[in-house]
Amino acid sequence: MSEQVHHEEAKTRGAFSSRRVFIFAAIGSAVGLGNIWRFPYVAYENGGGAFILPYLVALLTAGIPFLFLDYAIGHRNRGSAPLSFARLRGGAEGLGWWQVGICFMIAVYYAAVIAWAVRYTFFSIDKAWGSDPEGFFFGDFLQAGDPGVQANLVPGVLIPLVIVWVAVIAVMVAGVQKGIGALSLVFIPLLFLAFGVLVVQALFLDGAGQGLDALFTPDWGALSEPGVWGAAFGQIFFSLSIGFGIMITYSSYVHRDTDMSGSGAVVGFSNSGFELLAGIGVFAALGFMAQANGVEVSEVASDGIGLAFIAFPTIISEAPAGAFIGVLFFGSLVIAGLTSLVSVIEVVISAVRDKFEMSRVGASLAVSVPCMLISLVFFSTTSGIFVLDIVDHFINQFGILLVAVVSMLLISWGFRALPLLADHLNHNGSVHIGTWWRVLISVVAPAALAYILIEGFITDVETAYEGYPQWMLLTFGWGAAAAVVVLGFLATTIPWRSETSMEAPPSAADAADTRGGN
Amino acid sequence: MSTGAIVMMLLAMLVIWGGLALAIVNLSRSKDTPRVDEVRRDL
Repeated sequence: MSEQVHHEEAKTRGAFSSRRVFIFAAIGSAVGLGNIWRFPYVAYENGGGAFILPYLVALLTAGIPFLFLDYAIGHRNRGSAPLSFARLRGGAEGLGWWQVGICFMIAVYYAAVIAWAVRYTFFSIDKAWGSDPEGFFFGDFLQAGDPGVQANLVPGVLIPLVIVWVAVIAVMVAGVQKGIGALSLVFIPLLFLAFGVLVVQALFLDGAGQGLDALFTPDWGALSEPGVWGAAFGQIFFSLSIGFGIMITYSSYVHRDTDMSGSGAVVGFSNSGFELLAGIGVFAALGFMAQANGVEVSEVASDGIGLAFIAFPTIISEAPAGAFIGVLFFGSLVIAGLTSLVSVIEVVISAVRDKFEMSRVGASLAVSVPCMLISLVFFSTTSGIFVLDIVDHFINQFGILLVAVVSMLLISWGFRALPLLADHLNHNGSVHIGTWWRVLISVVAPAALAYILIEGFITDVETAYEGYPQWMLLTFGWGAAAAVVVLGFLATTIPWRSETSMEAPPSAADAADTRGGN
Repeated sequence: MSTGAIVMMLLAMLVIWGGLALAIVNLSRSKDTPRVDEVRRDL
């Protein structure tokens, strides 16, 4: 494949200027809020030190193989998620639009959490929450009332949310290399540095050993519980940004001759490496909190919003150099969140560009501005946290997880495209993709994810999620998850522009075969 | 920290961070692709 063809494609669609930039951007996408606030608690709750075994099994049998699948689809077909699926098999475009819909939904609420973290980075300096971090978060800061939908704006959330969106729009307008690539090249090393300093600081706190003891003491009996294995596969799956279009989109911006399997191994292990670092830092800090309050670590351990916005402010108030810890912690959340948010929105922008042959600036504005407005309407009000919690739960469970299982099964058993994709990865790949990969993608990974999906479905049908009113769950939960499927497949009725080829561009492997044949 | 916890922490570090180091070494052995200077015009 000539360099000229690649340069023409890069000028038209955008491209990362090198493998290094792509890897940084992919790590930026994979390392998000979940690495910091989800992994430590999941590990602690599911066997502690023993969790490392199912975690590694999940990484090697589902996470990295699925990452390879996404890379193969995007890198071979050189398009956004809908275009790549359409080029893989006629009629498969809807899977891509389903993923685009999911990304749009996620972008809308993910920005709100980043805005909270921006605010808390500054709150850390003077410990604005006083002696009651929980009351401050829900009362003074979010001004949350009863579950429902209210139109009362909260300026303290609205202003940072606008700032986050302006920053994100600027990155998206700047483009693949000068926006996403440049952001990742600066912010990912900064994130690892800032969090590394935070971990060192946390390790010197009194009680840090107690926290690490709680995290790493193995409970081997847990390994006999299916739920523990499900938690490991779930953590790996949700953490790696796989299965909902991001890695397909990013890999379409990489040079055709790039070693995608070798790059994927680096991205997969970097993501897990950061999670481990986060686990050490978070539990060292929780150990300090437990000791300072004379309680067990089990009484202070938490995850998600509770960990970040309630437990950590408590630690920041009590720890020596607490303000410094706070700035590092919330600053890290902001960076990890931003580099993930841009990847989520890029899935939508890339799809719109491909479908309508729009300019970079035009597509960026056409996607980001409506996304921002919806985000402001729903998440800068007194009911924002409730809507966010519901959408997040259902779009993860019945959006990302469902489309991943469906697409893996269709690609494996419906389109029978795995041999084609394996050949593509093997052409320049340093990790040989053999039969083992096809077995993992067609049987092991879908089976594991289907188990999590079915378990979650039964739970959510039997019990109202977090006790929210049914109308809210139906609208923002089940309704949102169903809407992205319906809208996704409706989008396929819009015709592609005549200049958009539905044929997969000749791959490097095809070119090599042709040269060999001549 | 208990001995069991220390062993599991070191094992996790060895496997995950060691795996990352191996993946980086493996990638550094495969040739990188040429830079696309033209992308600066876009994008």
